[in-house]
Amino acid sequence: MAWFRRSKENIAPATAKKEMPDGMWTKCDKCDEIIHKMELEQHMYTCPKCDRHFRIGSKEYFKILFDDGTFKEYDHKMRSVDPLKFKDTKRYRERIPDAIKKTGLYDAVRWGTGKMNERNVVIACMDFAFIGGSMGSVVGEKIGRAIDRGWKTKTPVIIVSSSGGARMMEGAYSLMQMAKTSAKLARLGDAGIPFISILTDPTTGGVTASYSMLGDVNLAEPGALIGFAGPRVIKQTIGKDLPPGFQRSEFLLEHGFVDMIVHRKEMKGTVSTLLSLMTQ
Amino acid sequence: MAKVTLEFEKPIFELEQKVEEMRKYADNPDIAQEIEKIEKRVNQLQRSIFSGLTRWQKVQLARHPERPYTLDYINLMTTDFLELHGDRTFKDDKAIVAGFAKLDGHRVMMIGHQKGRDTKSNLYRNFGMPNPEGYRKALRLMKLAEKFKKPVITLLDTPGAFPGLEAEERGQAEAIARNLYEMSHLKVPIIVVIIGEGASGGALGIGVGDRILMLEYSWYSVISPESCSSILWRSWDYKEQAAEALQLTAPDLKKQGIIDEIVPEPLGGAQRDHAKAAAILKGQLLAELKHLSKIKIDKLIEKRIEKFSKMGEFSG
Ligand SMILES: [Zn+2]
Repeated sequence: MAWFRRSKENIAPATAKKEMPDGMWTKCDKCDEIIHKMELEQHMYTCPKCDRHFRIGSKEYFKILFDDGTFKEYDHKMRSVDPLKFKDTKRYRERIPDAIKKTGLYDAVRWGTGKMNERNVVIACMDFAFIGGSMGSVVGEKIGRAIDRGWKTKTPVIIVSSSGGARMMEGAYSLMQMAKTSAKLARLGDAGIPFISILTDPTTGGVTASYSMLGDVNLAEPGALIGFAGPRVIKQTIGKDLPPGFQRSEFLLEHGFVDMIVHRKEMKGTVSTLLSLMTQ
Repeated sequence: MAKVTLEFEKPIFELEQKVEEMRKYADNPDIAQEIEKIEKRVNQLQRSIFSGLTRWQKVQLARHPERPYTLDYINLMTTDFLELHGDRTFKDDKAIVAGFAKLDGHRVMMIGHQKGRDTKSNLYRNFGMPNPEGYRKALRLMKLAEKFKKPVITLLDTPGAFPGLEAEERGQAEAIARNLYEMSHLKVPIIVVIIGEGASGGALGIGVGDRILMLEYSWYSVISPESCSSILWRSWDYKEQAAEALQLTAPDLKKQGIIDEIVPEPLGGAQRDHAKAAAILKGQLLAELKHLSKIKIDKLIEKRIEKFSKMGEFSG
């Protein structure tokens, strides 16, 4: 659950980090291809040359998954209240407004209802840019409400994850969000309503060890880091370098923990087909 | 085993040692009187030290190597305990023990993390850090309890789920997540007790239930104070501050509405009197079982989901 260790390099989406001075061109960090902003958007923020999937946020993902003009957001302004008055080198009370200012988001997840290829769906999508996509009370509550909406309206639920884990600054409250979201999923499952989990880069810690791994179907974007413990911690534990590809989507597929690896451009179609196969 | 004394306990042990020496001369009425006086002082000192413990000191007590562990509680509280092994898929994880037992009149499924007391037993138990097969063994036996309508009692005491390469290969995250999901709607009562260390998802992986009890000197949080220090302060030296900031003690969690009851420990901590600690816990468990057995199972599951749904603080 060590989102913070990586946050300096990861706090901004990879696309922003690699932007050229005039802001119109981006360099792919895998194959060095220079890509124009328009082209990147057309390719759903994947590299047209090597298929590298850049990190994106809820704004981009909602656009990819929902039919145009059908998205309605809920609980947009829900925010953390710093229940522990947590202070490390900085006050959590100050971290929150700083993160809000920097990202234009209120916390690390947004959710709403809308149509996906004309089918009603509930979608929650995490934002890694907001304090490393960490899960505290707000993330747990909003994910919980999204699941409840699906349960009450008999509508399939889709959650797009990207997270460094639980948010330390809310202590045990953060831990309990794992139980809370899983409990609500159990209720959704008992009602026979589908839940599709989409795992994107990176999904680790408490989020992986709760709703992200609990999809009726787990889909992963190519090359995403997915795991419980962070690679650094594991390396420390075993005192050896980790094998190439360790904890990547392809590794999880091989070991049986995701059902499919799906290119971002095919995500909407794949989820739609799955839902039609599962519900009709 | 050599007595382990924590720094803040030293004044108490010094006085106790003095009393021990004086006992040799207890025939002398003056000395006998003196002993009585010192014993009173020991008691007072103990009360004053233990009523003012810092959060970090409580963390140290939770990790005390002489503290009762899961098997100690099982042996002291129950009869006919039969340990059952294996997840039926990969292997038997020694960091989690489980089996049917009798708690007075109740037949129950006991499940808990198990630490070792010395290097050898700690290696055998992997320091109480389960691999995925440990969580899957626990789930298999919970399902068995459900099949035969027996309540489940889980005892939490782990420094965390094992962060190893093979643990990842075998799906540590999935194993924990699956338990959270299945425990949420398991059709028998579940009582959870944090008896020592409740470190993060590794603890919660057997920690969803109808009633959550916590021993007086145990801790429960999203991360250990050391790891929190190393991440947020970028140094291992701020564990005391991290423990304070995390608010991870039993009274903290009671205030946060995350646990239901604090189970008192014998004066000076459970390590000083295993039998008494177990007797207090057993009394509490019996009362809980009696209460839970009166609730219809559908209602119980509804309340369980509601209970966890309410956890968290936010605005808007
Ligand atoms: Zn590329």
